[in-house]
Amino acid sequence: MERKLAHVALFAAMIAALAYVPQITLGFGVPITAQTLGVMLAGAVLGARQGAAAAALVLLLVALGLPLLSGGRGGLGVFAGPTTGFALGWPLGAYVTGLIVEKLPLRPAGLLAALASVVGGILVIYATGILGFSLVTGKGLMESAALMMVFIPGDLLKAAITGMLVQGLVRARPQTLSWYRPATAGRRL
Amino acid sequence: MISLTSPHRTRAHDWPAGLKLAGLCLASTAVFLTDDPWVMAGLLAALALAYALPGRAFLRAGARALRLVLPFVVLMLVWHLFTRDLRMGLMISMRMVLLVGLANLVTMTTSLQGMMGVMRWLLTPFRRLGLPTHLLETAIPLTIRFTPVLIARADALALAWRARAARRPGWRLVLPLMMQALDDADHVGEALRARGGPLKPAEQED
Repeated sequence: MERKLAHVALFAAMIAALAYVPQITLGFGVPITAQTLGVMLAGAVLGARQGAAAAALVLLLVALGLPLLSGGRGGLGVFAGPTTGFALGWPLGAYVTGLIVEKLPLRPAGLLAALASVVGGILVIYATGILGFSLVTGKGLMESAALMMVFIPGDLLKAAITGMLVQGLVRARPQTLSWYRPATAGRRL
Repeated sequence: MISLTSPHRTRAHDWPAGLKLAGLCLASTAVFLTDDPWVMAGLLAALALAYALPGRAFLRAGARALRLVLPFVVLMLVWHLFTRDLRMGLMISMRMVLLVGLANLVTMTTSLQGMMGVMRWLLTPFRRLGLPTHLLETAIPLTIRFTPVLIARADALALAWRARAARRPGWRLVLPLMMQALDDADHVGEALRARGGPLKPAEQED
């Protein structure tokens, strides 16, 4: 129990720390932050429940007034702004990512993690993000969705990176991933 | 880790945090009731005054916190310039600035302890239901403590990379960073267990 708690807290700290990793700028000038990479990793490494807890913990601390989002953003204003849906979608996104890696028997693990990140970290988070943007700005859902498309390539890149990082973790320390089943485990003699 | 609470003490710092949050909820809802740009502009002027009254440093910090809506204000205005409905664009933009500005005002005048007090109060019904809300009381300080530690780790990793490679450090650093965080988590978990586990509900009442 203590170990799970520590994993949630430390992963939350890692999501926060990733805000300070310098932004990568894509060719056409759209900045992408490493923070949603942290959210995808939380789901893919810790699994559904703990991953969602880590993402939610970051949001809670932001609401309490800590500047843990990229660019030193934080405070209650984040949840009143037009991008609130993206942040609020984090726990659900991490949960879905974790659920997929736990349930779907796909190999190799890196591919599975990347696929799970596309569904949980992109589809889910954009769904809540677009809904939130539409509510705050009063734009239609389709219009809002169209505006968000510029960020999709960056997030696809992050899903691919999540896959590579998880593959690296499998190679270095597979016991960290509770959902990971080595190739022979399924058909043990 | 430094909270976004303004170090410049205002009278609002002494108001109860719960009251400020309840007021924020009411005010944010009320903002949606008006449809008159002039009323909205008046509210914005009042907000600007509230930011300006405590002094220049407070105003500057507030303006910095408002930056996050700026791209969206520009986007909305340009968008509605094209659809020839500038009044709508102005309304949406002003409402966005007002909502975020109000929320930031509460954050800037409320201490972390005050916020956590309200959170604890809001969690009371869940605690009564038997949910382990006391785990949160352990997880929050852990995360606050370890965020700067992990940032320092990331910096050290980036330095080590720069010392060995000509290219800029990138996503490859995330794997060692994550493994170190996982190691830390194992150590912290053991330390917590050795000390009798997370804070018990009774111990956090002080």
